Amino acid sequence: MKIKMAAGISLALIFSSIAAAQVTTQRLLNAGQEPQNWMMYSGDYSGRRYSALQEINVENADKLAPKWVYQTMAGGKFETTPLVVDGIMYGTGQDDRAFALDARTGRPIWQYQRNLPGDIRPCCGRVNRGLAILGGKVFMGTLDSHVIALDAKTGNVVWDVASVDYTKGYSYTLAPLVIKNLVLVGISGGEYGIRGFIDAYDANTGERKWRFYTIPGPGEPGNETWEGESWKIGGAPAWITGTYDVETNTTFWTTGNPSPSNRGEGRAGDNLYSNSLLALDPDTGKLKWYFQFTQHDEHDYDATQVPVMVDEDGKKLILQANRNGFFYVIDRSNGKLIRAESYAKVSWSKEKDSIGRPTPAKESSPTPEGNKVCPGAAGATNWMSPTYDPQTKLFYVTAREQCDVFSTAPQPYDAGHAYYGSAYFPNDDAAPFYGALRAIDPASGKIKWEWKHPSPTWSGVLSTAGRLVFTGDAEGNFIVLEAASGKVLWHFQCGASVYSSPMTYAVDGKQYVAVAAGTALFTFGLP
Amino acid sequence: MKVRTRFCISILALATWLCLVPAPEVLAQGKNPYAGDAKMARLGEFEFRANCAFCHGLGARGGGRGPDLTRTPKKHGDSDAEIFSTINNGVSGTAMPPNGATQQGVGMTEEEVWQVVTYIRSVEKKPSTITGDLKHGRELFYGQAGCATCHMFSGKGGRLGPDLTAAGTARSTDYLVESLRKPSKRLAQGISEAMKEFSAEYETVNVVSGDGTKYQGTLLNEDSFTIQFIDTREQLHSFDKASLKAWQKSRESIMPAYDEKMLPEKDLQDLLAFLVSGGAGGAK
Repeated sequence: MKIKMAAGISLALIFSSIAAAQVTTQRLLNAGQEPQNWMMYSGDYSGRRYSALQEINVENADKLAPKWVYQTMAGGKFETTPLVVDGIMYGTGQDDRAFALDARTGRPIWQYQRNLPGDIRPCCGRVNRGLAILGGKVFMGTLDSHVIALDAKTGNVVWDVASVDYTKGYSYTLAPLVIKNLVLVGISGGEYGIRGFIDAYDANTGERKWRFYTIPGPGEPGNETWEGESWKIGGAPAWITGTYDVETNTTFWTTGNPSPSNRGEGRAGDNLYSNSLLALDPDTGKLKWYFQFTQHDEHDYDATQVPVMVDEDGKKLILQANRNGFFYVIDRSNGKLIRAESYAKVSWSKEKDSIGRPTPAKESSPTPEGNKVCPGAAGATNWMSPTYDPQTKLFYVTAREQCDVFSTAPQPYDAGHAYYGSAYFPNDDAAPFYGALRAIDPASGKIKWEWKHPSPTWSGVLSTAGRLVFTGDAEGNFIVLEAASGKVLWHFQCGASVYSSPMTYAVDGKQYVAVAAGTALFTFGLP
Repeated sequence: MKVRTRFCISILALATWLCLVPAPEVLAQGKNPYAGDAKMARLGEFEFRANCAFCHGLGARGGGRGPDLTRTPKKHGDSDAEIFSTINNGVSGTAMPPNGATQQGVGMTEEEVWQVVTYIRSVEKKPSTITGDLKHGRELFYGQAGCATCHMFSGKGGRLGPDLTAAGTARSTDYLVESLRKPSKRLAQGISEAMKEFSAEYETVNVVSGDGTKYQGTLLNEDSFTIQFIDTREQLHSFDKASLKAWQKSRESIMPAYDEKMLPEKDLQDLLAFLVSGGAGGAK
């Protein structure tokens, strides 16, 4: 009798969950106030990847245990940050799959597999980082450069629009960002000589409302920062999800490398708006201001790290630990740089300009025979998310200590073909590469503590009100640390590298932490 | 540029057809359409840098993981068609992936693969003349020089260091000499072994276990919490780091440096002759 009743109750819960699954613009704006849900890529619009959940905390984290595992059964890197809304989890897998699961058990509710053409051009794996949600729909960017809406209850396609010709090297890998009734996406393809852009689509119809080219065309300010016609194939993709400040109605997006990535010859100038932070009006796509992190980049230092919004001492800031090895503090009301301090080994820049911005050193340019530069091509960090914990007031980032030898050679542009202007190699130094989780004090730029990984790592970081930070490593460990001290409290061997950023949610008052590792999604909770 | 290439090919195909030469598979299995064409070799170099140089190094001189391709003859077939096939299909059992399977981009077209073949041909050097005595080299390897204590060759020898059966054909002579004279300068990267997710670099480990037992060996794998190694008696170990009294790893190779005293120049040449025999000389 008791069993039957329990079953009845859980059924009721499931049904009530599904009935409640309509996500409104208002709910998205207040995402932080319903910490049981994870309604967008970074948890909320601030990009902090911080959760107010605290059932799992420093006192009991050592008792964590696996709860369920979901296998995507697809090869390659599994980079998703799943969403959870009212007990249902929505995620994406390799090769453009999408899925909805019961967030308590991992049991599939629906699955979607995109039928991809054979000649897509993902530069760096057939990856996807996740979905966005609004109303009864989830939104996804695909490797063949479409933006699609799926019915959140069935996984059926509601609309499907082609954004751009994928055979020219364009693709989508990021999780979209919903603002009001618009679905914002940024394009990938910095390895192919594309012209980058950020698009906004009507969530109801899929109609494109605006496009912001991350490389200005002739007659637009910034076009003069490109030599000749190089702006047409100058790259500057925008392949990581942005953030949104409702107070000023500004969305912040970051851009990637100019193309060709390892050759500056032929594209003399700063190459705006590659490797930049862009402040856009989400209604129109108009640029309010920009800040360029790396001018005339020749080392593939994409600035595609989530621009984290933090308010401190009355100051409204953007914090970014950049792939180029510097930690930037920027005033988000006007784009003015407040501070830039290195948080990893840096050799590409020796000086700062009049506004305090690190500038590229001439001697760090790639040479025909190769030139050792730090950080290496994969960067001092990369797309994996950092986190900001308002309790400790620390910024946590996965740092990669790896230098590379950068070489260059002329390369003809050939649409749809890799356009690097040469190549990079691991250097032969006796000093081995390693990774580290670093806690940076934004007030000073100083590193408060670090946890060393045996090798450079591709896992993002999550912080919670349980005074914890969660991360993973290339060796397959999922690790929980005390946020204040960096002390490891618990770890679990997932069996393959973590190429994703963890998230957390709760169902029926019970907290879970989820992370993608290998080809599976793991969830953990207290016994 | 690409358009022009394709145009050339269609001209070639047309000419072939007009002459009624029965060669319908002129590209994939036939002759290199660009053999000796310096322009095509130059295009091949672009492709080589983007697709191959990460492992095989600039100028195809060999890198951390990939063999020196300026050497002849090639281990996996030395005709242009065989090199084409090696690039296109990869080499099973090694780290060499099939064209387009690296998760980087879409791979190369047939024309581009031929360009790379043409480029590789353009940088090849004459087969190195190694004058050493293969037979004496074999005796040294399995005897007096002590190589076989730690290295396998053609299925015979030890397990502490890399298997050297393929090293002689894959690596330049300079690299082999450096590895003998200064083994710690560049640690091996598991090149001659099947693809591993992690690359064994043969770092040296010294461990004192919880019960006080001391071990020395080479590192097989490691994460933040555990360590796996093979000791000098070829026993496998896997420990929780927290359970150890002490442990230390070092990039100072466990292999002694074979200087002139330990291995005079003449013996070095003999040993090289044995190593480059690639097993043809046999372990016997």
